Amino acid sequence: MSYIIPRFRHPCTAPNGIGYTRKDYEGALSTLCAGCGHDSISAAIVQACYEMSVEPHLVAKLSGIGCSSKTPAYFLRQSHGFNSVHGRMPSVATGANLANRDLIYLGVSGDGDTASIGLGQFAHVMRRNLNMLYIIENNGCYGLTKGQDSATADVGSKTKSGQANMFSPVDPAGLALNIGATFVARSFSGDKAQLVPLIKAGLHHPGFALIDVISPCVTFNNIPASTKSYAYTREHMSAADVVDFVPAAAKYGADGAIDVKMPDGATVKLRRLPDHHDPRDRAAAADAVMTTRERGEVLTGLIYIDTDHPSLHEMLDTTETPLRALGEKELCPGAKALEAINRNAR
Amino acid sequence: MKPLESVNEFVVRFANVNGTGSASANLLFAKSVFRMGIPICAKNIFPSNIQGLPTWYEVRVSEKGYIGARGDGVDLMVSVNAQSLAEDVACVVPGGYFVYDDIKPLPAELARDDITVLGLPLTEICNREYKEPRLRQLFKNVIYVGALAALVDIDFEVLKKLVADQFEEKKKLIAPNVHALELGYNYARKHFPCPLGLRLKACDKTGDSILLDGNTALGLGAVYGGATVVGWYPITPSTSVIDTFRNYAAATRQDPETGKNNFAVVQAEDELAAIGIVIGAAWNGARSFTATSGPGVSLMSEFLGLAYFAEIPAVLYNVQRCGPSTGMPTRTQQGDVLLCAYASHGDTKHVLLFPSTPKEAFDFAADAFDLADRLQTPVMVLSDLDLGMNDNMSPPLVWNDNRKYDRGKVLTAEDLENMKEKFGRYLDVDGDGIGWRTYPGTHPTKGAYFTRGTSHDAYAAYTENSDIYLESMRRLEKKWQTARTLVPAPETERKGKGRKRGALYYGTTMHAAREALDRLAEEGTELDAMRIRAFPFSKEVEDFIAAHDEIFVIEQNRDAQMRSLLINEFDVNPDRLVRILYYGGKPITAHDIHEKIVRHLKDGARSQNVA
Repeated sequence: MSYIIPRFRHPCTAPNGIGYTRKDYEGALSTLCAGCGHDSISAAIVQACYEMSVEPHLVAKLSGIGCSSKTPAYFLRQSHGFNSVHGRMPSVATGANLANRDLIYLGVSGDGDTASIGLGQFAHVMRRNLNMLYIIENNGCYGLTKGQDSATADVGSKTKSGQANMFSPVDPAGLALNIGATFVARSFSGDKAQLVPLIKAGLHHPGFALIDVISPCVTFNNIPASTKSYAYTREHMSAADVVDFVPAAAKYGADGAIDVKMPDGATVKLRRLPDHHDPRDRAAAADAVMTTRERGEVLTGLIYIDTDHPSLHEMLDTTETPLRALGEKELCPGAKALEAINRNAR
Repeated sequence: MKPLESVNEFVVRFANVNGTGSASANLLFAKSVFRMGIPICAKNIFPSNIQGLPTWYEVRVSEKGYIGARGDGVDLMVSVNAQSLAEDVACVVPGGYFVYDDIKPLPAELARDDITVLGLPLTEICNREYKEPRLRQLFKNVIYVGALAALVDIDFEVLKKLVADQFEEKKKLIAPNVHALELGYNYARKHFPCPLGLRLKACDKTGDSILLDGNTALGLGAVYGGATVVGWYPITPSTSVIDTFRNYAAATRQDPETGKNNFAVVQAEDELAAIGIVIGAAWNGARSFTATSGPGVSLMSEFLGLAYFAEIPAVLYNVQRCGPSTGMPTRTQQGDVLLCAYASHGDTKHVLLFPSTPKEAFDFAADAFDLADRLQTPVMVLSDLDLGMNDNMSPPLVWNDNRKYDRGKVLTAEDLENMKEKFGRYLDVDGDGIGWRTYPGTHPTKGAYFTRGTSHDAYAAYTENSDIYLESMRRLEKKWQTARTLVPAPETERKGKGRKRGALYYGTTMHAAREALDRLAEEGTELDAMRIRAFPFSKEVEDFIAAHDEIFVIEQNRDAQMRSLLINEFDVNPDRLVRILYYGGKPITAHDIHEKIVRHLKDGARSQNVA
């Protein structure tokens, strides 16, 4: 790892629509291993937020525990961050979102955090359709404890220790489809062209958006016998679509793509690749995930999207004002109301 | 044996089958006594079961105002459950009364010649009056309350008014219920010498008191205290706290224009998620709480440690039940004191509040939010099943409309704009161990910080530097000392000149302890007494211990947990703190406390140290 942030910036870095440069979206220097896939994802988050002109302080970034969960320190310096406990980021994000519905919630998790210790919370945050973007930095192994298999490791896949994994893998995207997630995508940390528009779309999605990003661990799980290595993923990627994200203000012509309208006016444009499913069809999406997996391929792209399903706030019918902004006037029924309670208790 | 004679001082116990609708009839009895101006204490002893097992309801009537459990037997037993007949006959005190449904005669082996047995043909009356089995069962309960009214001289008008109040919304149910009461009343008048030696006489000893369960009080306190986000997971005996909050918030917290909810309640997948929701919401500036019981706190411990170290307000109501493990879920105990005080690994400690009455439960439920925000740490209110699920007599609930929520040290965008020095989330700028916090989204370029459970410096940056780590741990200790001055002070309950013996107690032990100490005083043993209301202990607790040679620590657990906490915090010589314990799962009784203290005074040494 490096230990100095280079001061050099590309000369053509221009301010975005709200006057911020890309640098304003960066964070502290990464302490991950050189070449770690996670750093590429952080860079994709920076790029997506910069290009979307997101106000950094209106993002809350949350994580659990593990290599992946350290990364929120490495992007969006002006955002509040919360590195919580192992596997429990979804509940913290739920509470945070309920307190203030006006912020953007970005959760970063790993495969251990999501598919092992936090599988329960991961499942239930999807059931609640919490309005957040949940990125899994999926490397199939435990990095911080030196390379043990994680629950997303494929059967037969080997880490540097040389042991082949024996246990059936958890496929976060497949699970998400099954349990009712309203935005399910998969990508690869080595494919920024695909990842950046997916992040943009996920940030705009009015409910729970999952992006399962294959993100090779260069130190423990990047050997030829691993199915989460750079080489394997590149060779076995099967993109379902080409995704483009069009902000509300932009104009675009009709080009035969599937346009998915976001409630804020933005559009996700999807060009379906030949022989691929309609991403608005959950059953077809689940089928596509299964069949590509059986072919030994990794299906990437926007696998499923449904922007009509009510989010948690809508289901709870909470007020439009952030709950945290309410005071005594709105919240306290007052002394007189207590008299009635006392009367009924006599 | 001469039948018992007493006016306004006796114990009635009802033996029922759970799931038969007896609870509302029994409450009718309790409330009618209360409305006659006589203090009562009503305890539900119920099984962890939905239908079919024995359940008891005990009403202690006490004009003297002793509203803890008395212990030492029952004066008048109303038996409507054949399953528990033997033990129900056995617990009647000599001279007492046994009223039962005489569908079958009392078995010969249970017969006692030292009690008065009254057979009430409940089943027969019901079968004659009602065709539907469901009605027979429901009205059977009302009929025995009617009979009891005659037997102990309840003002029948009071009963009728109560029924009218109860069915205010379903008026057509009033007449049939009054009729059922009359069936029992008239039968008893005709066949028994009414009233019995045990009888009621209206008086004026209840003042403006209310009858309320502690869980309702906690739920209301949370509404008044401004909670907006609730994460919870169902667990006996805490569930009705959330029901109260949800129902009362739904009734009082809708936006007047849009009708939308000014609150959010999420039933989480488990207790870990429940407390995670609370912490996430509190971190983001909302007042947030959960309600649970011991097993839930065990699961929440990791998160509580995070909230302690990352300094996030969180409010938790623990309605304690009988442990360890699943224990006896529908029985009471004060068994989570140590668990809550030190929940989570490493050097962690938490602010605890111990309410004794529904009024205090209400007050502490609301105060917990101010304390948590001010101290930026979890605050737990330790109620228990006895307080939480029984209708306890209590001073009325009050609220001061001028009260402002204390949101603690929170910087606004303007504050940040005007700040000259660099913002440090964990900088102790005021010397009280508490830093200033910012809510996410406050200012575009100032005030953001990274919240973490890993070691951090004053600016919230990760550090493994020992000196910086020590500095932050010492600051948390300083904050703890600040907490000592902010938590509710203890109550001095009895104080005499130069007494060398004292008693300490807390929570629901209060009523029984007061009565036991009164009895001791009548017998010539005067003790000072103090009621602990919070942890960390205020200086008054320290002074009280220092001022006495021998202190009885009265509590409801096996391991004398509060005593351990006192020894641990104050370096007290353990010999000076005498354990007075009851932990069988029913509410502690005055009889038991009295007996154990007397035994210690007589035998001295460590005899009492075995409960």
